[in-house]
Amino acid sequence: MSKYNVKPNLSVNFAGIQSSNPFWLASAPTTNTGEQIMRAFDAGWGGAVWKTMGARVTNTSSRYSSINWNGQRMMGFSNIELISDRALEVNLRELAEVKKRYPKQTLIASLMVESTREAWHNVVQQAEDAGADGLELNFGCPHGMSERGMGSAVGQVPEYTEMITAWVKEKARTPVIVKLTPNITDIREVARAAKRGGADALAAINTINSITGIDLDTLIPQPDVDGRSSHGGYSGPAVKPIALNMVQQVMSDPEAMLPISGIGGIATWKDAAEFVLLGSGTVQVCTAVMQQGYRIVEDMIEGLENWMCEKGFHSIEDFRGLSLPKMTEWKDLNLNYKVVAHIDEAKCIGCGLCYTACWDGAHQCIHVDRVSGQVDGPIELHAKPSDVKAASRSNISVTPIPKLDGYLARQPYVTPLARVPRVDETECVGCNLCSLVCPVDACITMVEVKTHLPAETWEERSAACLTGESC
Amino acid sequence: MQELLQQKPEIAERFGDLHPPFEAQAAVVESNRCLNCFDAPCTIACPTHIDVPKFIKKIASGNLHGAALGILDANVLGASCARVCPVEVLCEGACVMHGSNEHPIEIGRLQRYAMDSFHAKGGKLPRKSDENRTEKIACIGAGPASLSTAAELQQRGFQVTVFDKRPSAGGLNTYGIAEYKLPLTESLDEIELIKDLGVEFRLGVEICGETWLAELEAEFDMIFIGVGLGAMHRLSIPGESHPGVIDALQFIEDYKTGKISQVEGDVVVVGAGNTAIDAANAAKRLGAKSVSILYRRTREHISAFDFEYRQALQEGVHFLWLTQLMAIHSSAIGITSVECLRMEIDSDGSLKPVEGSTSHMECNMVIPAIGQSPLLELLDQCREVQLERGRVVVNRATGQTTNPKYFAGGDCVNGGREVVDAVADGKRAGVEIARLLESAYV
Ligand SMILES: Cc1cc2nc3c(=O)[nH]c(=O)nc-3n(C[C@H](O)[C@H](O)[C@H](O)COP(=O)(O)OP(=O)(O)OC[C@H]3O[C@@H](n4cnc5c(N)ncnc54)[C@H](O)[C@@H]3O)c2cc1C
Ligand SMILES: Cc1cc2nc3c(=O)[nH]c(=O)nc-3n(C[C@H](O)[C@H](O)[C@H](O)COP(=O)(O)O)c2cc1C
Ligand code: SF4
Ligand code: SF4
Ligand code: SF4
Repeated sequence: MSKYNVKPNLSVNFAGIQSSNPFWLASAPTTNTGEQIMRAFDAGWGGAVWKTMGARVTNTSSRYSSINWNGQRMMGFSNIELISDRALEVNLRELAEVKKRYPKQTLIASLMVESTREAWHNVVQQAEDAGADGLELNFGCPHGMSERGMGSAVGQVPEYTEMITAWVKEKARTPVIVKLTPNITDIREVARAAKRGGADALAAINTINSITGIDLDTLIPQPDVDGRSSHGGYSGPAVKPIALNMVQQVMSDPEAMLPISGIGGIATWKDAAEFVLLGSGTVQVCTAVMQQGYRIVEDMIEGLENWMCEKGFHSIEDFRGLSLPKMTEWKDLNLNYKVVAHIDEAKCIGCGLCYTACWDGAHQCIHVDRVSGQVDGPIELHAKPSDVKAASRSNISVTPIPKLDGYLARQPYVTPLARVPRVDETECVGCNLCSLVCPVDACITMVEVKTHLPAETWEERSAACLTGESC
Repeated sequence: MQELLQQKPEIAERFGDLHPPFEAQAAVVESNRCLNCFDAPCTIACPTHIDVPKFIKKIASGNLHGAALGILDANVLGASCARVCPVEVLCEGACVMHGSNEHPIEIGRLQRYAMDSFHAKGGKLPRKSDENRTEKIACIGAGPASLSTAAELQQRGFQVTVFDKRPSAGGLNTYGIAEYKLPLTESLDEIELIKDLGVEFRLGVEICGETWLAELEAEFDMIFIGVGLGAMHRLSIPGESHPGVIDALQFIEDYKTGKISQVEGDVVVVGAGNTAIDAANAAKRLGAKSVSILYRRTREHISAFDFEYRQALQEGVHFLWLTQLMAIHSSAIGITSVECLRMEIDSDGSLKPVEGSTSHMECNMVIPAIGQSPLLELLDQCREVQLERGRVVVNRATGQTTNPKYFAGGDCVNGGREVVDAVADGKRAGVEIARLLESAYV
């Protein structure tokens, strides 16, 4: 009906920074020059965080490597690149020029300088004079800069983070975003420190320390810089789950919570929606753009708008953080809730992946030898996978020849019931494994089994044990 | 000594691959599509039970050598089978992907990818036992069935000798299978591997007559019969003895071995089995002006596989249904035309000529392809080996004939199926012979 009539409003106010949409380019090669950023704005990006500026550096060659998975390229991406290798003045001059030409788009200056109050005061002044709408402090770069006492050398020590954030706040007139490194034990510690230092917002995550792989011919880890390598920063689809978890941890901690810009493996509107559902006010994208170009933002905007319409959300604020209350600690989960696997016989293609998975990786309760009648009780004898295999291999099979074997032999293969596995529901623990490995959509579903027991958490159960009730 | 068969370059050029090989990246993408099914239906559907998902997953990980060894362990002619198997009705026909309306995994091409790499790197067949045994086994015929028995036994340490009446080994793999499926050189390379194991080949020797058989029985502990089928059926119509009439098997053998390198004029092929289609396609590729397949019944009745039929249409072969060849006319120059009769099928399924429907067709060459007859001369001489409708009767699971010293497999047992069936037969016989000989000493 009118579901699709009203176009939702994607504009956001992020810690006081206005942005026409929540899609920002993360500080990276895609925001290296004014010319690039203007092209990105033309493509539809709401904002851009300038490639980190500071003292000039020299980069290595080569500097990237990646993980390919099942023939798909760049599932995980790694770099040993440093901050901008252009002069600070050049970057600032171009930033001013971009701001003049694109006043409505958001421009954030990412900064990193040596750890003295004076150096920070200077660079903050320069960036704001050039027209930046906000500042992002890069306390996360995991290589090269950390050895110079910058980047993650700061971000890994809460005291330094607090101290430098405070220095910046002494001077800054625009909002200050602290970009966090994931290379720590508990991201909340540093987030709290940044908040204590006066940060207006956070951004998470920067890249994760990694070694993507080793060339098995040359034995040189990747990327190869004249026969040697160094640990890189991991990004791309592979890091999204880690980033989501870190964003949730920060946003669920009252002492750390601040407006947050979610980063890490975002490539589609779905990824972005997930980050917002866990509390992100904006999202930043790097690897996906390096792989596919600025143009991906068009689908990100449209996809998010369509989803918002469908769900009845009019603005980003309408759904920001909605999933946070659905995350709890393990001890607060209901132990009396039960699901079991259900196989749709009409959809099953008889691949047996669920069978293998349940035998080797779960609780041996999927069977290929169908038994009829009532089956209950935990003790049931079934042929082991190896026996099933051996039996069918010893079958003699010969080529069907249409003339001799009838036309049936030529018909499209239909899964015979004998190949459709059967779940023994009395033994299924409802772990999900089979439904995850099944290659057919919606073939294995997890259905709830009423236990008729009241909800009970582990905490409640342990308390009951202490008072002498059965457990 | 055998005269070395050489492939003619112009033939090789004209008979390009029917299924071109995979590029490296495509092979990895395709192999990753395989689900690695449990008790995989593709493996069951393969008569030699190659562990398909296992070798495919090894291609995905880059372990090509392991993939090839896995294939060879089940099927020693894995390279030729990868090219000639009718995968649509075997492994690929059983692939579970059909169930989700997806293209089946291209098992045949992946198998070829692994085997090509094995051959390119000069891989050798592994032995299955370190023991050297003294028992000797004779294989009559050097086609796929015998090659498979021979390899299986030699790999287990037995002494095998293979006899064939032809100058080169390989049976129909070498002489009969269309060049665009299996180039001659590929067949010969594969046989080299088996020779390399230590199998002795005595070529150009026709086993015939009681004395020969008695000699074999005296020298060898066990005998495997893998003689295939005999000559092609004759048409039995006027004009058939003209030299322009050449049966399909002879025709294929002649172009494969370089005796024919060109065909001119209009060609008529009689029959609509896989052999007819191979001959028709070949005639087309060798330059015939037109090629027509004459068949008594209709499209629904042909014994050729569906994909073979479609391939022929693509090559430009015409099919004339409900057409019976009645006579072949020739002049001093050669064959000039054929005389045909239209047929119709009654409601009870019987075939009947249509009165006065005789027609003439211009034609310069006639290729009959109406099936092969059994090799009765030899088979009849094997004592106590029971035959039924010209086929050797065996225990399906072991290949043993009614004479316990004789085993048999391949076309002479099944009446003519596929290479892979012959390989499977040979392997089962090899395993059983080894079991019998080994247990005799326990
Ligand atoms: C034209 C044609 C095309 C085909 N195409 C395909 C295909 O694409 N794919 C597929 O899978 N299958 C195909 N086949 C079938 C396949 O070739 C056979 O099923 C297979 O070769 C059978 O192997 P075999 O070992 O039983 O017999 P053969 O390959 O026939 O080998 C028998 C051998 O025994 C020898 N021999 C016979 N008698 C004697 C004797 N008395 N003494 C010594 N040696 C003797 C013969 O010279 C021959 O070398 C085709 C068959 C034909 C006729
Ligand atoms: C090649 C490359 C260079 C980067 N340079 C910077 C940088 O200069 N400053 C910074 O704060 N982050 C830098 N990053 C980190 C990204 O901004 C981002 O945090 C990270 O890549 C995760 O997001 P993604 O998964 O969308 O790529 C860089 C990332 C890459 C891949
Ligand atoms: S949910 Fe887990 S335990 Fe139950 S059938 Fe599936 S894999 Fe087995
Ligand atoms: S994994 Fe899915 S499709 Fe495969 S056998 Fe199990 S239920 Fe069927
Ligand atoms: S049936 Fe298909 S998907 Fe399954 S193992 Fe065989 S080739 Fe792979």
